[in-house]
Amino acid sequence: MKGKNAIGTWVGFVLILVWCLLPVAWIISLSFKSPDETAVGSPQFLPKDATLQNYRDILDNPDFLDALRNSFGIALISTLLAVIFATLAAYAIARLEFRGKRAVLSLALAIAMFPVVSLVGPLFDLWRTVGLFNTWPGLILPYMSFTLPLAIWTLSAFFREIPWEMEQAAQVDGATSWQAFRKVIVPLAAPGVFTAAILTFFFAWNEFVLAISLTSTTQARTVPAQLSYFVGPDPFNPPYGQLATASVVVTVPVIVIVLLFQRKIVAGLTSGAVKG
Amino acid sequence: MSTTVATPAAKEPQTRRRRGGRADMSDRASAENRLGMKLVAPAAILMLLVTAWPMIQALYLSLFRYRLTNPDDREFIGLSNYATVLTDSLFWQVTWNTVLIMVVTVAVELVIGFAFAMVMHRIIFARGLMRTSILIPYGIITVVSAFAWQFTFSVNNGWVNSWFDWLPWIGPDTNWFGDHWPAMFAIMVSEIWKTTPFMSLLLLAGLSQVSEDMIEAAKVDGATWWQRLWKVILPNMRAAIMVAVLFRALDAFRIFDNIFVMTRGAQDTESSSFLTYRQVIEQMQLGLGSALSVLLFLTVLLLAFGIVRLFRVDLAQARGEG
Repeated sequence: MKGKNAIGTWVGFVLILVWCLLPVAWIISLSFKSPDETAVGSPQFLPKDATLQNYRDILDNPDFLDALRNSFGIALISTLLAVIFATLAAYAIARLEFRGKRAVLSLALAIAMFPVVSLVGPLFDLWRTVGLFNTWPGLILPYMSFTLPLAIWTLSAFFREIPWEMEQAAQVDGATSWQAFRKVIVPLAAPGVFTAAILTFFFAWNEFVLAISLTSTTQARTVPAQLSYFVGPDPFNPPYGQLATASVVVTVPVIVIVLLFQRKIVAGLTSGAVKG
Repeated sequence: MSTTVATPAAKEPQTRRRRGGRADMSDRASAENRLGMKLVAPAAILMLLVTAWPMIQALYLSLFRYRLTNPDDREFIGLSNYATVLTDSLFWQVTWNTVLIMVVTVAVELVIGFAFAMVMHRIIFARGLMRTSILIPYGIITVVSAFAWQFTFSVNNGWVNSWFDWLPWIGPDTNWFGDHWPAMFAIMVSEIWKTTPFMSLLLLAGLSQVSEDMIEAAKVDGATWWQRLWKVILPNMRAAIMVAVLFRALDAFRIFDNIFVMTRGAQDTESSSFLTYRQVIEQMQLGLGSALSVLLFLTVLLLAFGIVRLFRVDLAQARGEG
């Protein structure tokens, strides 16, 4: 019985790895296939003779580089601002008694489920009148408000676990209140803030609906939107290799973040949703 | 009888105490109240500004005939836009597609996600590797996932047709995007691949809260594996399952990226979000599009309400927010 279980776990383990990594391996393999190879059709998994041509082309493509710059800029700024706002709110929710606490949490929950596309029309109209259409702030503002709910929920769950009495204990031991905050509270709160930042970054990096609706040129268009316009001269024969290469390039930051912070991401994803 | 009399009597002092407390709320408490409000204000205002305000705007615009290509022709037409939408068979076709995608993907993800969670719960080796690989689909851009699967199912350059040609209905020239059902299938595969990890992590968190002693006790009492699963494990995970289903169902209902990339709505694969987008951005039908936006919003609200009622769990309470 025990042995049977262990075999089952092993099989499950291998299946999960294949499930999660096969499509990633597939776009990586595709990114090394030459344009000639994909043009005639190349249904086998691995490239016939691997080439770096696609990488050279994509890193020479000014539109893609602009999009990459926009993606990084917009995602990082939204993350930074959203995390600051969310930290203030989550601190209040976790530590203070005030009227409207429940209302804020309900609002956050409602926005987390909001159909983003419903906002596309009114925001499109509004952004054009106030001059935010096709600008960085035009995307940063909605990204912040859509990531605030997740950040607030995750952070308030984290903050509730912090032993705040330690701050006073440090002060009793002779630390100034600034020292107590910096040496005791900041290290305790940092992992939570960091986790919220990662989840926020993933959202902004991934977002597509607003990115194609509220931008019109590479001035503000992010990578997901740029990729969808990247059809090449023949719409029935997309540039497979180049699209795969661009996909690999934008997946690299995701893989790096996941490799470095997997434990934190899992904790953040589940703490906000399952327990308080 | 005695209880009905006793209840108001017992409640009386409590309410009086509370009322008294509020009247002479200490300086400290009111300062705390003010600080709390000040700290949440920026976040709350921003959230309302970008969602509530445009939603009110949409409600207003939905009552007009308003096309951006011809803005002077804007005219109040009452509920006609809603009548137009609700009597159009396209709207119902699209809603049906969306509901179908939601139900199928969430059901499949629940099963696969639970299996994954069981494996992750039991595994004692390579936990880091497992976590890393499961987070990659979660973190990957949906558009990238859509491309990866589009190429997987491609006639000329995909491997599905050659790897699965032993199945009677798959040949070397099976065109997955040439017909409604295969195209829907491809879209759902991409959606399921990308979001199963999220589901499995939430279920894993629920699973690890089920007490091992209880499972062991059931085992000693002679419960089979199947009985333990249905009578002990699953009922004790109800809150986690409900959160996972709620979030995923509402997320699946918003499906857009996969359809945009893989079919652009061809072969009747449009979803509600896609139709709304097409009306507003491509056709610039702001009035009609706003009506669609409002209807989509109401549907999501209704769905959320339905799922919460179905599982009878108060989300805030589940988190100890009371």
